[in-house]
Amino acid sequence: MFDAIVQIFGLIFSVNFILTVITASTPLLLAASGELVVERAGVLNLGIEGMMIMGAACGFAGAFVSDSTIVGAFTGVVAGAAMSAVFAFLTLGLAVNQVAAGLALTILGTGLSGLIGAGFVGARIVPTPQLHLPVLTDLPVVGRILFGQDAFVYFSFALIIGIWLFLYRTRLGLVLRAVGDNHTSAHALGYPVLKIRMLAVLFGGGCAGLAGAFLPLAYTPFFIPGMTAGRGWIALALVVFASWRPGRLVAGAYLFGAVTFLQLSVQGLGLGIPPQVMSSLPYLATVVVLVLISRTRGAAGSAAPASLGVVFVPDR
Amino acid sequence: MKNRIVVAAAATLFAVAAATLAAPAAEKLKVGFIYLGPVGDFGWTYQHEVGRQGLVKALGDKIDTTYLENVNEGPDSERSIEQLARTGHKLIFTTSFGYMDPTIKVASKHPTVDFEHATGFKRAANVSTYSGRFYEGRYIQGMIAAKMSKTGVLGYIVSFPIPEVISGINSTILGAQTVNPNIKVKIIWVSTWFDPGKEADAAKALADQGADVLMQHTDSPAAMQIASQRGLLAFGQDSDMIKFGPKSQLTAIIDNWAPYYIQRTNDVLNGSWKSTDTWGGLKSTLVEMAPYTNMPDDVKKMAMDTEAAIKAGTLHPFKCPITDQDGNTVPCKGGDHLDDGQILSMNFYVKGIDEKIPGK
Amino acid sequence: MQLVLEKRAERSATIAIASPLIAIALTLVTMAVLFAILGKNPITALGVYFIDPLTDPYSLGEIAVKATPLVMIAVGLSLCYIANIWNIGAEGQFLIGAVCGSWLAVRTNGTEAGYWVLPGMLCLGALGGALYAMIPAICKVRFGANEILTSLMLVYIAYYIMDYLVRGPWRDPHGLNFPTTAPFDPVATVPILIEGSRLHAGTLAALLVVMLVAVMLGRTIMGFEIRLAGAAPRAARFSGFNSDNLVLFTFAVSGALAGLAGIIEVAGPIGYLQPDISPGYGFTAIIVAFLGRLNPLGILIAGLFLALTFIGGENAEIAIKVPLDLTKVFQGILLFYVLACDSLIVYRIRLIGASSKAVAANV
Repeated sequence: MFDAIVQIFGLIFSVNFILTVITASTPLLLAASGELVVERAGVLNLGIEGMMIMGAACGFAGAFVSDSTIVGAFTGVVAGAAMSAVFAFLTLGLAVNQVAAGLALTILGTGLSGLIGAGFVGARIVPTPQLHLPVLTDLPVVGRILFGQDAFVYFSFALIIGIWLFLYRTRLGLVLRAVGDNHTSAHALGYPVLKIRMLAVLFGGGCAGLAGAFLPLAYTPFFIPGMTAGRGWIALALVVFASWRPGRLVAGAYLFGAVTFLQLSVQGLGLGIPPQVMSSLPYLATVVVLVLISRTRGAAGSAAPASLGVVFVPDR
Repeated sequence: MKNRIVVAAAATLFAVAAATLAAPAAEKLKVGFIYLGPVGDFGWTYQHEVGRQGLVKALGDKIDTTYLENVNEGPDSERSIEQLARTGHKLIFTTSFGYMDPTIKVASKHPTVDFEHATGFKRAANVSTYSGRFYEGRYIQGMIAAKMSKTGVLGYIVSFPIPEVISGINSTILGAQTVNPNIKVKIIWVSTWFDPGKEADAAKALADQGADVLMQHTDSPAAMQIASQRGLLAFGQDSDMIKFGPKSQLTAIIDNWAPYYIQRTNDVLNGSWKSTDTWGGLKSTLVEMAPYTNMPDDVKKMAMDTEAAIKAGTLHPFKCPITDQDGNTVPCKGGDHLDDGQILSMNFYVKGIDEKIPGK
Repeated sequence: MQLVLEKRAERSATIAIASPLIAIALTLVTMAVLFAILGKNPITALGVYFIDPLTDPYSLGEIAVKATPLVMIAVGLSLCYIANIWNIGAEGQFLIGAVCGSWLAVRTNGTEAGYWVLPGMLCLGALGGALYAMIPAICKVRFGANEILTSLMLVYIAYYIMDYLVRGPWRDPHGLNFPTTAPFDPVATVPILIEGSRLHAGTLAALLVVMLVAVMLGRTIMGFEIRLAGAAPRAARFSGFNSDNLVLFTFAVSGALAGLAGIIEVAGPIGYLQPDISPGYGFTAIIVAFLGRLNPLGILIAGLFLALTFIGGENAEIAIKVPLDLTKVFQGILLFYVLACDSLIVYRIRLIGASSKAVAANV
């Protein structure tokens, strides 16, 4: 037993493990970051999975046709944003129930991505290159972790830092948070609630699209229908797990990525735990954490933006 | 005189033309295929699709083929098979184990339709079964892996502990042990036949834990990709995956369904189709090995010699005595090797594998 | 110049009736365009999708078989959704219900058990689904945890529980190690209604459920409480209705119905437990619930319609070689249009110009 623990520790604190976890967690971080902003503005977009898979299909198509992963990434972002625009029109323009609209988005996205991507299955592209700086990348331990990643990973770092700065250090960010906490008061103060929410939703869509594009452009460089495999739902869970705070989001994303990867690598140690137990760990962990963080809030309930998911129609 | 010849020629031509037009157009045989995954999976389903395309190429003007992909193995599959039967398809291939009972059910309602079920074990007057002796290829792969591995640790990515997978693992190890009796293998169960992300992660985990030759019983080229990235060696599965690892792929087990499909379709066309059980291996070319690459000549020769021996019947991967991992000798029901029944229901690991089969 | 939404003084009755029809019409038009883009004749394609399955008794039976679990689950979910309680975990409750009911079938397999087996399985299935649904309910009531996420995560956990059982302890000893249980005995199987088809008694059960829930919603105090909680939550609280109990009740009922649908599906069309018993019924049922406007009768119609699209989609794959993904696109688009049109029941769109006179674009 002790032997096993030592082995697991040795596993976790290896450079390769950390590298793999970072790349595995990047799509989660990208998608969840966008959704964080969306939910902070008071909108619940359950359609992340649909936007991600559209980002994957369109991103791959774009990269294949143009022979450039940058164009591919851009196409992915546009695809995600376009899908979210439909969602925004329905929920903000027509005051439709957000849960239903989000689910419709997921189903539509899954189907559309299959249609679009069908022609590209089996095609191959050159994956996004990884950074290589002369001296820095070859440093022991930190070299590859800090200086050997691909553009998506660096962008995900920049994104979450940018979001944190935006939410807590800019006036617009403050307004956005106010809109999410109490849209009636924000409206009374004269802020354009619907416009802010729409911009947030489009931003979230773009992030989800980028997260989806990461998978066929950098992670496994080919497109397969359904390659997001439920990551969109995990990103949703991550936002709640993080209590809608950027710092915790990063921790949560990497924790999730680690658990998901750990359940595979622990098998190699031959500990004899049924694979289904390992596979269900990330989801079990989410439920446990959700319960724990909600408990610490006490009677006040969860830390969600108070107007999350509530339909808003401005009275005139 | 000339006139009469011209008239006669014209008349003959006219008669021939009339006869051709008057003859009823031969009705094309409709052949249907039910696929588990997408045709682009580059694995199991892709190879069946390659088989179908081979069939079309060989018998194109006599047949009309249809395929349904992504057919779930639950109750929906019965409907899909039924629909093919109802829309005039007279020969239907159902390409996954999970279609077994639905195939039997539909077959009992359509006695004039012939069914071919892959990797199953239930037959009927109008239902045949077919599969490949993939374990023969695994044996060869095991030998190559043991020769090429510097760390003595193989990495094996697998889906579910069904007999076909278990016999594949055992065959690999038995082959490897003839080269290196102390060969070790690390096995990761990804609980899916097809999930490139997970397969890639499993490959990385195995590589991190010291495996330098990767093999898989899953359907995507993700592991080959990772092997290529990390400078490791790997084996392709179901199809030739050399594109994804030009410097990594040693060989691949290729499911070569086309000749079988052509033969069975011809049987239906000339009325001689009967319910059979076909379990073909290297000899019948149902299973083929991709060209041996990225290995020194002596290893290549060893592989080709082994392949020849298996084809000739002088070498059987499961030749007795076989000891399971608990130390017991496995009863030998096939003379000097395990018989087909034992291989089809294999539920134990051979000695030399430290891990336990999940769920036992 | 901008478009704004303005709440109507009263819900528009004409739109309420016209909305689903407009939505369907819009969807058909969009689908026709998509078919044209894919290079297929739109008229033929629409015919294959919608008309052909209705012309053949076998297809009609299949529509009923496919609609049965959808309707049963959706009716249960509608109870939650009316009260703004979001049970997204019906898929997991379906699986656990199937597992619990199958336990009895596996236990009594091969023994000469009597006719009590099937009713026992159904009860266990419903109970199992209800208990599993109580997990997210209790997490919400006791700890304030968001039920959307907890119920969703539990779907994955349920899948792995079933996967473990069916690949391990419950595996058929004579099945060559393949991951299925032994085929259920006849006493453990849902009876077929019409010989030669797959139409089974579960369909009757679904119809019964629809009627019972309609009665409950319309004529009982509980039904009133559910509807009030959705329409005016504060009024409900002031009336003394306990919102926590409501959460527990609606989750339990929807879980029970989903579990019941699960065991019926396994003991009926499938006949044994295996890893692949649901092509996402729990999630499709959510769409059915919304398409049916959270109303039992509407759900029945929506369920049949959606089942029609599934069957039609499979036919289209054979007849005109159209990919199955198109069915998903169709369902997503339909839901979008229905939601959009429904919004016009409650709201009116107005065009507000720069001039002081507002130009009302009456829809």
